[in-house]
Amino acid sequence: MSDIAARVKKIVIEHLGVEADKVIESANFIDDLGADSLDTVELVMAFEEEFSVEIPDDAAETIRTVGDAISFLEKKAA
Amino acid sequence: MRRVVVTGMGMVSPLGCGVDVTWRRLLAGESGAGPTINVDVSDLPARISCQIPRGDGTDGTFNADEWMEPKEQRKVDDFILYGIAAATQALADSGWKPESYEDQTSTGVLIGSGIGGIGGIYEASQTLIEKGPRRISPFFIPGRLINLVSGYVSIQHGLKGPNHSVVTACSTGAHALGDAARLIALGDADVMVAGGAESPISRISLAGFVACRALSTSFNDEPTKASRPYDKARDGFVMGEGAGVVVLEELEHAKARGAKIYAEVIGYGLSGDAYHITSPSEDGDGAYRCMSAALKRAGVSPSDLDYINAHGTSTPLGDEIELKAVERLLGNAAGELCMSSTKSSIGHLLGAAGAVEAIFSILAIRDGMVPPTLNLDDPSVETAIDLVPHKAKQREVNIALSNSFGFGGTNASLVFRRYQG
Repeated sequence: MSDIAARVKKIVIEHLGVEADKVIESANFIDDLGADSLDTVELVMAFEEEFSVEIPDDAAETIRTVGDAISFLEKKAA
Repeated sequence: MRRVVVTGMGMVSPLGCGVDVTWRRLLAGESGAGPTINVDVSDLPARISCQIPRGDGTDGTFNADEWMEPKEQRKVDDFILYGIAAATQALADSGWKPESYEDQTSTGVLIGSGIGGIGGIYEASQTLIEKGPRRISPFFIPGRLINLVSGYVSIQHGLKGPNHSVVTACSTGAHALGDAARLIALGDADVMVAGGAESPISRISLAGFVACRALSTSFNDEPTKASRPYDKARDGFVMGEGAGVVVLEELEHAKARGAKIYAEVIGYGLSGDAYHITSPSEDGDGAYRCMSAALKRAGVSPSDLDYINAHGTSTPLGDEIELKAVERLLGNAAGELCMSSTKSSIGHLLGAAGAVEAIFSILAIRDGMVPPTLNLDDPSVETAIDLVPHKAKQREVNIALSNSFGFGGTNASLVFRRYQG
């Protein structure tokens, strides 16, 4: 697991209060991890803070799963 | 109008988590005051407060995780957490668990707060200044709004009736109970979960109340001596935190399900001072009129009162003004009355005070025990009224009145009677 993936998963576990084994790349924040629309806004903010990047609203809307977040942030870091 | 009774009670107080532990310690003369912890008070002249004892839930401590998931706690200010805990206790105590659509829509919530999420607003402003608007959490607004206690409680327990809130400074809790009882009396709901919640022990609110010259500053080295209503040495109130919530229920509804009935809400009176934003009117007329209105509504005379739970905050001005208003109300019957200020033990819970003190009034009726006014060593005025100094007193209480007065000149009195069928 990449460093970015590990950091993303750690944030998701902390913010959504879910078990680590549920935070797989295909997990959808809302459908699988119990987030609501406000939780997803806060998650994106937490990614911005952790990785010192800005995620515009239109990009944030495409981040629906753990894997979406990891690949978005990996591209940003590349 | 329909009759309204109290069928459930819940509380988180500086004396502990729960009605029973708080009441036991209150009657034992214990104080909830201590040095303020977890808040930087080093440069403030008021460095003590009555904070909720946090812990693992044993020995009366408050374990937040028992009442709200940790990930949810992060989103809200503590007044919401305390309100949820007290409401959950009150509903469990009442045995009322509405599951049908009809039962859910006839059960409402009316929980208020005096200053709500002021601590969280302070923290978010710092984030805004230091990091900009994109760092403000989407939970900032819903976690600070005063009516969100009612919102959270309704969501947790499926209560779809009237969803309301009150903000009247230190009268909030009393107004919440009184207004909720009216909603039942008028038929808008059959059951109401009503009360007040407050978490004011933050740097910004302490600084603000200090600036109003409202807080005690002379007893930082002896915290348990600081709240001393009616005593010559009193110099302000001691800030407290917590929540009190009751389940109010239409009498026939309560009887039909065989609920235990603690007391009947027989009177509620309201008045305004129209005098000053923070000082009570010197003639005590606002207090007098609100007590009179509550007794008139109750259909009882002042001499029928056995116990008054006073507003009695331990400020130099307010205590004597209330006392004189009560003397004027009682006349020659003053010698038969017990009146105590439980703020001497738990401090001033602001918007939660009226609800917590209403519960103490109800418990005085239930147990025939009147809680004490601590630290009343040397009364500043002579009175025929028994102010119950130092020690709780055994006495039959059939009718009790609870007073609450707030900044802005807002006054509320509640009258409870032993349920007699």
